Amino acid sequence: MASVSESKKACTVNPLKMSQPLGACFAFMGMDNCMPMMHGSQGCTSFGLVLLVRHFKEAIPLQTTAMNEVSTILGGLENIEQAVLNIKKRANPSFIAIASTGLTETKGDDVDGYLKLIHRKHGETLAGTRIVYVSTPDYVGAFEDGWAKAVTCVVDAFAEPCEARDPQQINLLPGCHLTAADIDELREIIASFGLKAIVLPDISGSLDGHIPENFTPTTLGGTTLAEMQRMGASVATLAIGSHMSAAAMALEERSGVPYRVFERLTGLGAVDELMGYLSELSGQPVAAKYRRQRGQLQDAMLDAHFWIGSRKFAIGAEPDLLAALTWTAYEMGGEVLAAVTTTPSPVLAGLPCAEVLIGDLEDLETRAKASGCEILLTHSHGRQAAERLAIPLLRTGLPMFDRLGASHVLMVGYRGTRELITHWANSLLEAEHQAKPEDWPLNAESLAAARGMSPPASSCGSGGCGCAASPSHEQSETHLSQELQP
Amino acid sequence: MDARVSAKIQDVFEEPACEHNQNKSAKEKKKGCTKQLSPGAAAGGCAFDGAKIALQPIVDVAHLVHGPIACEGNSWDNRTSFSSGSKLYRTGFTTDINELDVIYGGEKRLFKSVKEIIEKYDPPAVFVYQTCVTALIGDDIEAVCKKASEKFGKPVIPVNAPGFVGPKNLGNKLGAEALLDYVIGTEEPDYTTPYDINIIGEYNLSGELWQIKPLLDALGVRILSCISGDGRYKEVAYSHRAKASMMVCSKSMINIARKMEERYDIPFFEGSFYGIGDMSETLREIARLLIQKGAPEDLRDRTEALIAIEEKRAFERIAAYRPRLEGKKVLLITGGVKSWSVVAALQEAGLEVVGTSVKKSTKEDKEKILEIMGQDAHMIDDMTPREMYKMLKDAQADIMLSGGRSQFIALKAKMPWLDINQERHHAYAGYEGMVELVQEIDKALYNPIWEQVRKPAPWELATASI
Ligand code: SF4
Repeated sequence: MASVSESKKACTVNPLKMSQPLGACFAFMGMDNCMPMMHGSQGCTSFGLVLLVRHFKEAIPLQTTAMNEVSTILGGLENIEQAVLNIKKRANPSFIAIASTGLTETKGDDVDGYLKLIHRKHGETLAGTRIVYVSTPDYVGAFEDGWAKAVTCVVDAFAEPCEARDPQQINLLPGCHLTAADIDELREIIASFGLKAIVLPDISGSLDGHIPENFTPTTLGGTTLAEMQRMGASVATLAIGSHMSAAAMALEERSGVPYRVFERLTGLGAVDELMGYLSELSGQPVAAKYRRQRGQLQDAMLDAHFWIGSRKFAIGAEPDLLAALTWTAYEMGGEVLAAVTTTPSPVLAGLPCAEVLIGDLEDLETRAKASGCEILLTHSHGRQAAERLAIPLLRTGLPMFDRLGASHVLMVGYRGTRELITHWANSLLEAEHQAKPEDWPLNAESLAAARGMSPPASSCGSGGCGCAASPSHEQSETHLSQELQP
Repeated sequence: MDARVSAKIQDVFEEPACEHNQNKSAKEKKKGCTKQLSPGAAAGGCAFDGAKIALQPIVDVAHLVHGPIACEGNSWDNRTSFSSGSKLYRTGFTTDINELDVIYGGEKRLFKSVKEIIEKYDPPAVFVYQTCVTALIGDDIEAVCKKASEKFGKPVIPVNAPGFVGPKNLGNKLGAEALLDYVIGTEEPDYTTPYDINIIGEYNLSGELWQIKPLLDALGVRILSCISGDGRYKEVAYSHRAKASMMVCSKSMINIARKMEERYDIPFFEGSFYGIGDMSETLREIARLLIQKGAPEDLRDRTEALIAIEEKRAFERIAAYRPRLEGKKVLLITGGVKSWSVVAALQEAGLEVVGTSVKKSTKEDKEKILEIMGQDAHMIDDMTPREMYKMLKDAQADIMLSGGRSQFIALKAKMPWLDINQERHHAYAGYEGMVELVQEIDKALYNPIWEQVRKPAPWELATASI
């Protein structure tokens, strides 16, 4: 059980957190042929774009309503109208997905109202393009919250109750911490039980690093409208990460599809649970491939525990990613002595560490230093802290701008867990302390005894037992060490 | 709008030394550089972004962003401006305001933040950046900074360029105004020499300043202050004691150069470090201005001698690539870097420039391009990504040189691409830089991957036996 608290500082130093609208737009990028857009000033979009481009090394579709000071004060109706028409004309996407920002929320723009007006006026022009809107002020919540809210909005907008259930179809709602590789892995696992998953949002289609035949300004790949409309026919919904439970609940409310939240899918026990669940749901046994993978994971755990056991971890990540990492470190015998996250979440209090702080990377660095942490897990911005702490940084989460292959990092399933712990163990192995001749000095008492001098009876010699080491003894010790000098 | 910001913006727009402005009518001038952006079709950073780009390279200052997490959280430590000393500029400081601050105002949190920074990091100065939300709710950063300066006995400088007042280049100038108003002229150097210059508008991206500095060092010219690449607060504060200034083209900080001339009688010229001819011209101008201000005449001859040797060496090294690069076609899409200054070097290597962007170029730039490239210079005003993609896909060009934004247009067309904009990882300044550029082009063109990624898959070959 962890005590959860918030940093008391006025000034955030080295932010761990990113903004809500960016998380929302990232979710929108998992919809097919979509143009995500921030309703705000152009700079917010520009920063978000650069961040995601540097993470994925891909062109990122992201637009802005380009609000300036005057339009902010007058209200954003005109800008949204123009933006929507402009995007429709240039890109003709299936979706235009809008997230508000701090600026337009402070002003109090009624975007839902604006969109009704715009539909009334331009219904014909906009035919074939669905518009969805989510409210995500920058000064509330974090990236993970924005993603969760966006998916809930999409479910509310497009999921429908379906008459007939398809016993082979399930819904998968991945949290924002799952990579393209994670989603592909889950899809395969699900398929091995004879089930087919509709994934929302599906960044494995749009941000997996493919080379399209033609240039498109919108997303290419991701969940289609038809798929969203068919979600109501599934037999179950799997939500991955506790931040996806609201969307799963919304889907159940609209269509009656029951849901199950898996807080994480990293770790032997967690994956066992998923396998058992899918087996029961489908009436199929676990495929031979995964039985073998489970054995491989057990073997990897045996090999890795030498290196991970009792090692001190410092982890900075959004709540659900933090939970997956903290539990896995704990289950491998590691100790998480510094845990920092971005936003409140129900998963935090149950984590197997003493304290979770909602704070920044400065907080993480100070705690890591004070408790002598040996390994740092956080996004690329942890690089300066890792350098100062002189411990390895394992880049985990988003943004990962100074390494390649962010979308292909696999962390879920037996195979993903195996890869993760092997990676940790290797880094710890590399950073392992090599013994030096002076690593095991004798204590003063033994030293004195060996030299034929009797230590004062009243003192332990070093003060280590709580007594005050006597000055006379200190003198004799100095004398001794001087004697030892060549 | 905050009256002070709007007054500043007017002031910046009326910049007499800006060529863009001289060609405008009075009414156009009033409108300034803030073109009405087109919603749903806009791209580019905000004024805050611009101000931060301009000032963050001052490396020993704490740069504190007052606003919600979007402004700093999504963007910190993302530039390649290098430092030879303090790394404090790479620490992300933000007030990260919450809902209560939006309701009750964020001034208290800002003041406390400054206090925390000074207690923990003790920087020579704190720069406070205004952003959209905090501007909209009326937080008076000037007042808070003034109070904090008095209380803590340390310069706390307001940089009032909230994102929504305009684009990045306006932000550059507003950032520069903050230096003029609060920093420049507030300290004195230990000593001065007749060879002291300022370099204005150079950000030391990927360490480019260090490609130039050895040349100046060799001539005995001292960079008293670089505004702002690898800069120190103190150096900027005493930069008013320089004998001459170089303003690095792009016009991003023309107001500093001109106002320092006006206030402190420091003559300036506009130069570029990109391209061999430009580099030489820049060295000549520095020598000329310093001599004009009283430096010994022999500087001129020493400069010419250095130029002769450096040019010869650079051209020889570039010419070595000619057999491999002769006739290869380049599409040159530049933002900040002046395209014509690079064109000359490319031509020297035998490359053919099939098109160059002139979106941000002045009339004078365009004439210069005509002069260098001849009448069939293909000037591209505004190319859509789709058009660029097509041009590359149809092999009308062999390589694209552009900024990071258009990177994937080239790569997805399976064509070589080279980053020549802000985020680039290579330094292309001076004589060394141009040789490096040509070397990089060669490296990109001749990489064996191109052949492989263009190869059809076995199942795409109709006659294949598979
Ligand atoms: S546009 Fe405004 S809110 Fe957005 S990043 Fe720029 S300053 Fe911040």
